[in-house]
Amino acid sequence: MRVAIPRETFAGERRVAATPDTVGRLKKLGLQVRVQTGAGAEAGFSDDAFADAGAELVDSTTALYDGADIVAKIRAPSDAEIAELPKGVVLIALLWPLQNPDLVEKLAAAGLTAISLDRIPRISRAQKMDVLSSMANIAGYRAVVEAANLLPRFMGGQITAAGKTPPARVLVIGAGVAGLAAIGAARGMGAEVFAFDTRAAVREQVQSMGAKFLEVQIEESGEGAGGYAKVMSKEFIDAEMALFREHAPRTDIVITTALIPGKPAPKLWLADMVERMQPGSVVVDLAAAQGGNCEGTVPDEVAKHHGVSIVGYTDLTSRLPAHASQFFARNIVHLLSDMGGGELKVDLDDEVVRAATCVHAGEVLPPPPPPEPSPPPPKQEERAHVAGPKKAEVALPENVRWAFAGLGAVLALSIGMYAPDDFVQHFTVFILACFVGWQVVWNVTPALHTPLMSVTNAISGIIVIGGFIQAGANRDQTATWLAAVAILFASINIAGGFLVTERMLAMFRKGA
Amino acid sequence: MGNLLTVAYLVAATLFILSLGGLSTQETARRGNYFGVFGMGVALLVTLFHPDVGTYGYVFGATVIGGGIGALLASRVAMTAMPELVALLHSFVGAAAVLVGYSTFLAPPHELAGVEKVIHDIEIFLDVAIGAITLTGSIVAWGKLSGRMGGRPLLIPQRHTWNAAAALTCCALVIPFSFGGEGFGLAMLVAMTVIAGALGAHLVLAIGGADMPVVVSLLNSYSGWTAAAAGFMLGNDLLIVTGALVGSSGAILSYIMCEAMNRSIWNVVFGGFGTGEAVAAGPRPDQPQGEVEPIEIDPLAELLRDAESVIVVPGYGMAVAQAQHAVQEFSEGLRKAGKQVRFAIHPVAGRLPGHMNVLLAEAGVPYDIVLEMEEINEDFPETDVVLVIGANDIVNPGALDDPTSPIYGMPVLESWRAKTCVVLKRSMGAGYAGVDNPLFVHPHTRMLFGDAKDSMSRLVSALRG
Repeated sequence: MRVAIPRETFAGERRVAATPDTVGRLKKLGLQVRVQTGAGAEAGFSDDAFADAGAELVDSTTALYDGADIVAKIRAPSDAEIAELPKGVVLIALLWPLQNPDLVEKLAAAGLTAISLDRIPRISRAQKMDVLSSMANIAGYRAVVEAANLLPRFMGGQITAAGKTPPARVLVIGAGVAGLAAIGAARGMGAEVFAFDTRAAVREQVQSMGAKFLEVQIEESGEGAGGYAKVMSKEFIDAEMALFREHAPRTDIVITTALIPGKPAPKLWLADMVERMQPGSVVVDLAAAQGGNCEGTVPDEVAKHHGVSIVGYTDLTSRLPAHASQFFARNIVHLLSDMGGGELKVDLDDEVVRAATCVHAGEVLPPPPPPEPSPPPPKQEERAHVAGPKKAEVALPENVRWAFAGLGAVLALSIGMYAPDDFVQHFTVFILACFVGWQVVWNVTPALHTPLMSVTNAISGIIVIGGFIQAGANRDQTATWLAAVAILFASINIAGGFLVTERMLAMFRKGA
Repeated sequence: MGNLLTVAYLVAATLFILSLGGLSTQETARRGNYFGVFGMGVALLVTLFHPDVGTYGYVFGATVIGGGIGALLASRVAMTAMPELVALLHSFVGAAAVLVGYSTFLAPPHELAGVEKVIHDIEIFLDVAIGAITLTGSIVAWGKLSGRMGGRPLLIPQRHTWNAAAALTCCALVIPFSFGGEGFGLAMLVAMTVIAGALGAHLVLAIGGADMPVVVSLLNSYSGWTAAAAGFMLGNDLLIVTGALVGSSGAILSYIMCEAMNRSIWNVVFGGFGTGEAVAAGPRPDQPQGEVEPIEIDPLAELLRDAESVIVVPGYGMAVAQAQHAVQEFSEGLRKAGKQVRFAIHPVAGRLPGHMNVLLAEAGVPYDIVLEMEEINEDFPETDVVLVIGANDIVNPGALDDPTSPIYGMPVLESWRAKTCVVLKRSMGAGYAGVDNPLFVHPHTRMLFGDAKDSMSRLVSALRG
């Protein structure tokens, strides 16, 4: 099996789909690797480095594709490139098939198998191949770097002899992978960071990154399928807009990352909000390629509106080509490894492969049914209620419960009315002791449950005093003998229980 | 004098409560045990001055002999054999309760009549019944835990009907017992004891090996209730309080164990789980997909050298293989090499609540790196290597995502979320629950076949070399 890594031809694309490191890893999987000369030049990987790692270097595309089984690249191929791809090859790239139906038709006509990295489902097993996440991480970081570069102010606060300045205030809208990376980068540069997201579930993640989570006072979850957000109601959006308007004058940098799958990016940062910002402030719109979250975004340009810079770069990941290539290339290694490495095959029964394959052997595959919503795992309590085998459930019908309650009442009444004083007093003690025991034992740490059992063993040997009283009274020979044997058993318990507890507890020691 | 006795009993009861309270943390646990010893001492001492106690020969003789046997047992027992010892001690409480019940019946402390006599008779009956169930149930549990009896559950046809019939008969016998004459009453008592004993034995015989933690804690609870019943019978508040304490303690432990398996107590006791019913469902169509990937000692050592964080998940298999000392050596070595090593304990790992903690403590693993499931489950995704030693059902991913799995819904240690999960296993057999484990064919999982102790020792030397 041979993997071909071409030079990217898309204007401004500086990444490459393999690095010398991943060439070595691919070879370990039993794959041959052929790299087009200059493929890694923009990302800082020389041809020599690729050759040292064991790749075969060729200059022409004809030589590159000759005998290739797999072609891995970043961007979707141009028409000219498609014409050069050999029939039957497996193409792996970011194809965006839903947005580019024409491209899919062309790929099918060329008789290829096309695997689109953006279609890899967001399930735990596929995380290591999730290119969108690894690229979003880079875009989020780079967005902060671009913004800091344009901002005429400090990111971190300063206290100097010439005066002091407060830290910059950064607002991140959309706390997905990119948003969280942006929060981390901005915090790292000393800024004060606020974040907004319609999904309440990300609040903890936002806070763990050191940002403040902004909220609107409306109860609505934005949790949609596959971990993305869904479209929100009008009331919610109005409240959200009011919140943004309130924050705009005090915010130096806005980073928007809001995407809804299959839809144009929602407009969240409107022209009037831009106008409310201080001159010199910066908006970075990570959704520029999908139409932009900010009114006034021009794709691939820095637009100016009322003195505010609006960054609409769509190539943020390409602006960090070395590490972007490294992550991308690693994702591809994991994908190829999962698909069988040297004995690679496109297994459509595999959930991940099926979802990502948009053309199979020249035939267009419709997208599989969308993933189930709600990736966050159910909480412990909820899980506990997911009853396993149904036979476990002994749900009492309502009338049976009432019957039990009635029985309890009758019992209590008859004890109160007929039972002798002694019994009532003992009964009181008994019930109270049960509750004391219940309270005390709940505090016992699970690590000490075995010592708990042995110590309760010992103290349940207290029955020995029953034996004492019976044997000591010596009213009847048989009764006395029976009591003596009872004492014998119970004292085994007392001595054995306490001693073995002591032995165990002595072993528990704290680490240095 | 009478009040002095009551006050002394109050002191003893308080000390017992403090004793259990002391076990809430490791720092105070030993003090707790001493409170218990002290409380027992007070109780025994003042009982010698009980107005009824006149002759001391039997009392002293039996106490000394019993105490000696107990001390011998306690000092000899191996930590892996703790479950057996605990079960055996439960049976002694049951035996003592039965004997005290008979003794009280033969020589009642004072003459009673009317309602008082009926209540007293019921108390005797209750004491003997619970005692007999505890006695035989614990002996069977001891037999199963010590390997003297097979772990396979015994399932006779119509067993629920038999159980119900036995319980009802026991209840019904109290009427002829109370209203018949002396000799007739004794016959009724003996009959009831035999039936209750059979019931106790049968209940435990029907429960499979993996459910033993619940059974042992349940018997722990019974041994408490039987002491409380004896307290009612003898009109002794100290027995009542202590019995109630122990009874609640066992009940809570059983509850925790059941919760950890996502099953109701009824299902454990009567469900016949892991008993063949689940297996009888046959191989399911959705057998775990994928290949088992074995790993050898040397590549594993390599993996561990590269790892930053390691979590060890021990199970009953570690106890069976006596591997805890090798595991300790292993963890100590990695910790010296600057790696983070922790242990993850599932509530039902082993055959006794907290069994794994005791074994690891015996081997010298510090308790502050031994964590509970809730404390550590979220850390698996950030962990480089997880070592599963002799555990199976408690690391089964099917419990979370496979509704057809018999253990679906049981909280498990999510070891497969780690970068690599290595499972030490003797061979490819199913766990006690007879459930297939998709963990073994999970893409993150490597299998290290062989005896756990042997594998761990070889791993330790490979890491040194």
